[in-house]
Amino acid sequence: MEKKYEKVLKVVDVWKSYEDLEVLKGISFELGEQEVKVIFGPSGSGKSTLLRCINMLSPPDKGEIFLSGQSLMASEVDLNAMRAKIGMVFQHFNLFAHLKAIDNVSIGLRRVKGLSKEEAHIKALEALRRVKMAEWANHYPAQLSGGQQQRVGIARALSMEPTLILFDEPTSALDPELIGEVLQVMLDIAKAGTTMVVVTHEMGFARAVASEMIFIDKGVIIERGTPKHFSTSPKSERVKHFLKQIDILYGRHEELLELPDEDD
Amino acid sequence: MSNTPDIFTIFFYILTAGLPATLALTALGLLLGFFLGLTLALMRVYGGIELNWLASGYEKLLRGIPLLVLIFIFTFGIPGLFWYLEPLERPIGGVVLALALRSAAYQSQIFRGAILSVHPGQMEAARALGMSRFQSFRHIVFPQALRLSVPGWSNEYAVVIKDSSFAYAVGIIEMTKAALRISANFPEIWALSMGVVAILYFIFTFPVTKLIGERQTKKLKDLGMGGG
Repeated sequence: MEKKYEKVLKVVDVWKSYEDLEVLKGISFELGEQEVKVIFGPSGSGKSTLLRCINMLSPPDKGEIFLSGQSLMASEVDLNAMRAKIGMVFQHFNLFAHLKAIDNVSIGLRRVKGLSKEEAHIKALEALRRVKMAEWANHYPAQLSGGQQQRVGIARALSMEPTLILFDEPTSALDPELIGEVLQVMLDIAKAGTTMVVVTHEMGFARAVASEMIFIDKGVIIERGTPKHFSTSPKSERVKHFLKQIDILYGRHEELLELPDEDD
Repeated sequence: MSNTPDIFTIFFYILTAGLPATLALTALGLLLGFFLGLTLALMRVYGGIELNWLASGYEKLLRGIPLLVLIFIFTFGIPGLFWYLEPLERPIGGVVLALALRSAAYQSQIFRGAILSVHPGQMEAARALGMSRFQSFRHIVFPQALRLSVPGWSNEYAVVIKDSSFAYAVGIIEMTKAALRISANFPEIWALSMGVVAILYFIFTFPVTKLIGERQTKKLKDLGMGGG
């Protein structure tokens, strides 16, 4: 995969606090085209806040976010237009409860991208097909399992043809037997060249597609490196301890995914 | 009406002479109350401190005045308020306005509660797609809030249709006034005609609110919306 020179995303020294609680304390990283970056760390470490800073749902107090070279902190920027280029997949899916799966996917195409009803329908169906949910197009979210809802959530993000997609712990609200189908879809789209920032503890997924992993704790980057680095020689004690916990909790997911076990 | 009317005649008279006005007052009161109530709810949820204060002050005021007093104020208290209506129609204007302004104060509460009970994640997902705040409200939050408010709103319908009976006091011939007319002419069946009008009000409220309320509650449950 060839990577273009211009970075898709640049996060530069981002700080964020809620009242007197400092959540992010100077986070920086970059993301190239078709790259997958996995962010992990203990809960409360600021991972979700970081994603919400990137798409400016909660703008940073300090720092810079660049999307394809364009600053999102600049005062003249049209944030709605920029957000349309940044897909987001939520931990709790956040599908629109009053809309069928197909309309959940097409509404952004119609209202934001201005496509006609017919065009939007065709594109939405295409996106649902990519996540293997086309036959559920006419179901309401409440009629779908968590895994199916999350796949529709991914289709909703994909259909907008965004520059990158942010995943906020996309599998952590799912029953264990539903995690596999969502991870499979994420693997598929990652391999198809989607640029992604994924907050997750799914080490199998990270190992399969991540170019870099970033460990965050208490709002700072503790350690970063390739998946191989983290599975063979993590430096910080904090990371080692965390990975051990993860192993205990998540140890069997590689089997579920049937990924080649390259490290043993 | 020379012979003492039987129960069917009473039913028929109240329905033909009174029901149209009762339904018209109720529909107009609810409809105007809907738009004003929705506006008040938006002021309270999205309006900032000043508009919120204004809307909640309005609600407190209107909920603190008896409907009959409001009807008298708008019918007789403000001369020229309905200058564009025929003199005989002016009381209708007064009653509709009183019903609407009072109902708005209650409908505002219904819509405010409904808007606030739409999960914040819905707005967030809409914004993340690139919708503006207004688009997110218009296409995502509002349609859900409207569905959530149906059970409460059907209750408000029951309140307004019953309260429309106060219109008899300013001479409008609706169901209550029709029943009073019968009993004025035939004092011996006073109790019967009151009984008939009571039953008619009941028929137009209870089954409607029960049916709408239950159906919508089930629908909302199927959509996974609201607390059930």
